[in-house]
Formats: sequence, C-alpha cells, structure tokens
Amino acid sequence: MKIANAQLWVHDQDEALAFYTAKLGMEVRSDVTLPEMGDFRWLTVSPAGQEDVAIVLMAIPGPPMMDEDTTQAVEGLMAKGFAGTVFLTTDDCQSDYEQLRDRGVEFTETPEERPYGIDCGFRDPSGNSIRLTEVKLPATA
Amino acid sequence: MAFVPPARHLLRAKDLADSHYTEPLEVDDLARAAGLSKAHFSREFRRTFGESPYVYLMTRRLERAAALLRSTDHSVAEICLEVGLQGVGSFTTSFKRMFEMTPTEYRAAYPPASHQARVPACIVRAYARPQHRTFREDSPAGRT
Repeated sequence: MKIANAQLWVHDQDEALAFYTAKLGMEVRSDVTLPEMGDFRWLTVSPAGQEDVAIVLMAIPGPPMMDEDTTQAVEGLMAKGFAGTVFLTTDDCQSDYEQLRDRGVEFTETPEERPYGIDCGFRDPSGNSIRLTEVKLPATA
Repeated sequence: MAFVPPARHLLRAKDLADSHYTEPLEVDDLARAAGLSKAHFSREFRRTFGESPYVYLMTRRLERAAALLRSTDHSVAEICLEVGLQGVGSFTTSFKRMFEMTPTEYRAAYPPASHQARVPACIVRAYARPQHRTFREDSPAGRT
C-alpha cells in the first residue's frame, strides 16, 4: 500500500495553482476539467522529481455535493487554520526559507532548531498550514 | 577558504535550470549563477555535463511541456508560457525538433488527459449525480 494523493481544500484553484507552482516550485501532475461532472476540475501538484505522490487542490463544492452548512463549516475551519497541513522536507531549510520569503510567501514561523532538525512554517492562500523541515538524523554511536 | 571544485559552480547553474525553468531564464542567468563569463561557462558546462547549457535548459522545458500536454487540458500557448518560453512559434519549432511532431500532434497521439486523470470513484459518484431530478414524489399523485 502506498500513498498516491492527499487532498487539501482551497478557496480558489487558480490562486492555489499559482502558489504551489510559481512560489513553491511544484509541478502540475494533472489538471483537467470534466464537463460531464459539472465542470469539476481535478488538479494535482507535487514536487519536481516526486511524481508518485501528489496533493489534490480541491475546490469546496456547494450543494448538492456538500450542503450549505457543511460548506460554511469547512470554510470556517480553513479560515481558522484547522483544515489541513502538509509536511514537506528539504535539504536546506534556511536557504529554502529565504528563497520562498523573497517570492512573497508569508511565514508563520521562521527556521528554528528542533530536536528533529530545523523547520519553519507558512500558509497557502487558503490558510492551509505547510511545514518545511530539514530532518537531522540522530547521531549513531 | 575551503577549495570548491569548479564543477560545483556548474552544478549550481544546472540546479537553477532545473528549479527555475518556468521563469524566463536564459544562459546568461545560468552563467551568472556559476560566476563565469557566458562563453567560458558554456564551454565548461558542455565539457562537464556533455551538452550545452542552452540544450540542457531547453530539454528540461520541453520534457515538462510534453508532460503537461499529456496530463492537462491547458492550451499549447498556456503550456509554452508555463515552461518559461515566450513565443509559441519558436516553442513549436523546438518541440517538433525534439519529438518529431508539433505539440498539437503530440497531444493527439495520447489518450485525452481527462481519460488519464485518476479521479477517484467516490468523487465521480458525487459530482456526476444529476442535479435537478424529480420522481414527483412531492406531488399529490406521486404519493399515492
């Protein structure tokens, strides 16, 4: 069993696509709009060189797929930052932080030493949390 | 100061091509990243990696363009811009040189992206449901 895709709710798929590709440097894995499904758009992205796992950037559906109360509840969770988190790893957290900051990514946490390495955090335009970690393996005896 | 092998500077330029190919990057920018003059950089890059920096960057872009033609319904013009190229005409020429067919012909040679998109059955069920159906269950006749 392997992870193929994991989903994030997004307020605006075009805005999310621009963020994940132009700012984070990910690549589009699939982007198709299906008229037979009410113009449902299947949009997935993943880091360059990692084509077997992708993030689905999913628009929040309205009725009849999702009733109005649930739609508002999901939007509320996103607004409060509790909808979802993606955990990314990198070889150089500080360098990536500086590069992403220069591209306009707004960080919620700057790089800090942790027991497991160095990590920082930021949000996508929809409020989803993203953590970027440079993992340091414990020294072996 | 620690000795840095010259190839490390070239690798920095190669990494830049791999990570920033979506931007209007040119060989001049790669040479700058390596800290070398354009002519010297191009010569050293070819000697180290076996192809010119221009060919390396263009190959990266065209490989991505081909993937986008297969996996998205973006137009050829959109894909041209998405891989960091500015002119559809020169994009088409370069693409044909590499794949021996135009981007449009290349796309037509593969199943449509919508057939390849692995949209899970649970989503298909939810989104493909007819939205305005009635079995007259709410009419007086329908209740009888």
